[in-house]
Amino acid sequence: MRYLPLSNADRAAMLARIGVASIDQLFADIPSDKQLKELVNLPKAKSEMEVERLLSGLAARNVPASSVPFFVGAGAYKHQVPATVDHLIQRSEFLTSYTPYQPEIAQGTLQYLFEFQTQVAALTGMDVANASMYDGSTAAAEAVLMAHRITRRKKAVLSGGLHPQYAEVIRTLSRMAGDEVVSLPADVSARENLLESVDSSVSCVVVQTPDFFGNLRDIKTLADKCKASGVLLIAVFTEAVSLGLVEAPGAMGADIVVGEGQSIGNGLNFGGPYVGLFATQQKYIRQMPGRLCGETVDADGNRGFVLTLSTREQHIRREKATSNICTNSGLCALAFTIHMTLLGETGLRRLAELNHANAVLLAQMLSGIAGVDLLTEAFFNEFTLRLPRPAAEVVEKLEKRGILGGVPVSRLIDKAELEDCLIVCSTEVNTDADRAAFVAALKEVL
Amino acid sequence: MLNTQGRPTSPGSAGGTAHPTFTGNRALLQQEPLLFEIGRADITGVDLPEAPAVADRLGGLKRAAPLGLPGLSEPETMRHYVRLSQKNFGIDTGLFPLGSCTMKHNPRLNEKMARLPGFADVHPLQPQSSVSGAIALIQMLGDWLKELTGMPAVMMTPKAGAHGELAGMMAIKAAIEAKGEAATRTVVLVPESAHGTNPATAALIGFSVKAVPADADGTVRAAAVKALLGPDVAAIMLTNPNTCGLFEREIVEIAEAVHAAGGYFYCDGANFNAIVGKVRPGDLGVDAMHINLHKTFSTPHGGGGPGAGPVVLSERLAAFACVPYPVTQDGRAVLIEQAGDSQAFGRMSAFHGQMGMFVRAFAYMLSHGADGLRQASEDAVLNANYIKAGLADLMSQPFGDRPCMHEALFDDEWLKGTGVTTLDFAKAMIDEGYHPMTMYFPLVVHGAMLIEPTESESRASLDLFIMALRDLALAVKAGNTERFTGAPYHAPVRRMDETRAARTPVLKWTPPKAAE
Repeated sequence: MRYLPLSNADRAAMLARIGVASIDQLFADIPSDKQLKELVNLPKAKSEMEVERLLSGLAARNVPASSVPFFVGAGAYKHQVPATVDHLIQRSEFLTSYTPYQPEIAQGTLQYLFEFQTQVAALTGMDVANASMYDGSTAAAEAVLMAHRITRRKKAVLSGGLHPQYAEVIRTLSRMAGDEVVSLPADVSARENLLESVDSSVSCVVVQTPDFFGNLRDIKTLADKCKASGVLLIAVFTEAVSLGLVEAPGAMGADIVVGEGQSIGNGLNFGGPYVGLFATQQKYIRQMPGRLCGETVDADGNRGFVLTLSTREQHIRREKATSNICTNSGLCALAFTIHMTLLGETGLRRLAELNHANAVLLAQMLSGIAGVDLLTEAFFNEFTLRLPRPAAEVVEKLEKRGILGGVPVSRLIDKAELEDCLIVCSTEVNTDADRAAFVAALKEVL
Repeated sequence: MLNTQGRPTSPGSAGGTAHPTFTGNRALLQQEPLLFEIGRADITGVDLPEAPAVADRLGGLKRAAPLGLPGLSEPETMRHYVRLSQKNFGIDTGLFPLGSCTMKHNPRLNEKMARLPGFADVHPLQPQSSVSGAIALIQMLGDWLKELTGMPAVMMTPKAGAHGELAGMMAIKAAIEAKGEAATRTVVLVPESAHGTNPATAALIGFSVKAVPADADGTVRAAAVKALLGPDVAAIMLTNPNTCGLFEREIVEIAEAVHAAGGYFYCDGANFNAIVGKVRPGDLGVDAMHINLHKTFSTPHGGGGPGAGPVVLSERLAAFACVPYPVTQDGRAVLIEQAGDSQAFGRMSAFHGQMGMFVRAFAYMLSHGADGLRQASEDAVLNANYIKAGLADLMSQPFGDRPCMHEALFDDEWLKGTGVTTLDFAKAMIDEGYHPMTMYFPLVVHGAMLIEPTESESRASLDLFIMALRDLALAVKAGNTERFTGAPYHAPVRRMDETRAARTPVLKWTPPKAAE
């Protein structure tokens, strides 16, 4: 087996050095009637060539985003990731290192985490950010728990514009923890009145912008109302690129900002691994979940970085920890940081403008088709259309014509009145030809 | 005239001592500022086309203020992050015996496979018919995990070990609710030696935690568990092999007792690498166990993630598995994404789990096969015992000289009175070119040193490691404390002041002007 360096002669010599007659003696604590002789139902070892053949066969049954006109968003986004990013994250020293528990030989990881935290804080308009969460949805659930700790209340209000799977993750955790959740009905065109739900019994309001349906939401008034009632405003985003063009949630008064960082530096990966972004105000840092990297000095007085405030964490506080999180999403955070560094302010703004312009063009073209209505007034790079027939059917027919044409709302929300709704996304990867092909195909299938 | 003398090729008088350098660099070891100190707002390393001219539809929500985020050109970015990488220790750098973390070789075939466009460039919400191969892979990996553990069901979506624990404990809570016992079964038993994530997880979903004392031999006695069992106990969370590197000999009796009392048995699978192909947790009476794909099945740790923590379930819990999960319909694998009227307890995250990690783990399993996986576990255990045998006469062991599983545990009894602590010893290992072992864990062992070499080390590598640690141990005994208390001397930085970092937290870079 190519990954195992010991020869049989090594094994024999080592057993002799240990002073046992056979390997079985080292496993003697396992009840003998439970010990396996071998794994009978699984195949034997395969060469690199065989593994590659098998997995390439499976991969070939999937349609990659780059191979077709592609307009799927709704929480994960197709962007061009510079080749530099993937090369750098595969450096052995990044890829094969562990959580930086030994800072003297992990300054590489720690410094990029410090850079990551700084970038995320700037993007979200908040004071501080942590060193990443698993993804946007789990970050949102952790934000709700954090709000409960701070307010000592146990009721969360979820906007109808929140990604339905994010809402489901929050509801699952809240139900298990015995906390209350009020979920507003799906809100396709951002018409709900969240202000009515805010009162002093509420711990937090969770609102997404751009929301699941693509709407950009002005949350300033809501933030004021929350502040007056001692309610924390949790702002969520799933498209980080939007922050290059749209007002930061922090600047609009959010208390905690969480989001999905996949769209900067990370591929689609069929849903994971992604990277959760988590930012808040300075006064709440000791209630934050997750790893935090902080600046300090070494014994010679030189600047360096360490994991800090770990007294919040499970390995110290055990059942009193702020979260059970341990492993997070370090390498995806690195990809985010490198891509963000390459973009810089100038590149990010340009990327965001390109996304927005492409989406505006597409929205104009698609809503010009007879029977198609654009339901989204203000948006960044995705929007919702009402079609004259069930959207799931339409998407299926588009796929047969070689176009991945968005996400039918019915895939995530089971409601008859939303059956005709289709969420369409356009990023910088879409060309004029992609848009023309989409419009032509949609006309055909409607 | 041609110069025939050429350049000198002997070291000549190049001996002597080092001088401080002008740049602060030490040859290959480069000082590297933060990107914010070298970047510029008007520089970008990404060329993009001009956006088409359109009237914006941002609804008046255009960003007002600049971000204040500088950029770097591509060559600068490359150099910045390559230099940072050179301040890091990885598995490819050297022996990384971090106990409980299973830092084994990360095959690059797995990286290559995960980057196939059919896996890396597919969207979680594109039509299922356009991703049948991806769904099939999730199902096949799940089948392997079920077979390796002897369990009938699996939840694939948890994103890391702790997330898997949470999912497993939620399945248990759902099962208890279904029996109408939610109000009474509120206690979870957790041994004192457990990972911190175990009690944190139980507490997160409203259980109260009761500690189970460990026996003098480092294992949990069935009698100690039985003494705590009652109608109030929802579950026990037990790590096996445990965090002391020992197999829980009374595990079957413990499982039977917990079941007889109406509770469930959660097994922390962090140490599964010791027993793959040797024994199946399902045969021991386990009801739920997470599997850290980033430990046992070698998906890279990546400086702290991403991981993946699928959870296998017993028949008693299978119905409560969270969505989404793959099933076979009309001969092909499809994902069930909505709980509907089923007993599924809910959803752990958006989308379908850590696909990128699934591909890597599956490539690892296929490469090893049934025979290789079993051999890997045997080698992991052999290597740990070899280290143990090589150090047992110099370093003290908390539970006597009995065989261990895949990690060797020492305490700091032998350091008493030397002026050297476990931490000092660990930092001196850094100077010798090793990543330190896990220190001060498990908490039940004073000054613990938990050494997990994994199966990836050759005998020569282990021999050198043993000799290096013996040399250090002898230096401690000889009173050469300075080698330890000032260590590390040869790392990119000296020992870090962690107290200062916590006392006045600086969690991001601030421009010098604003700092004034």
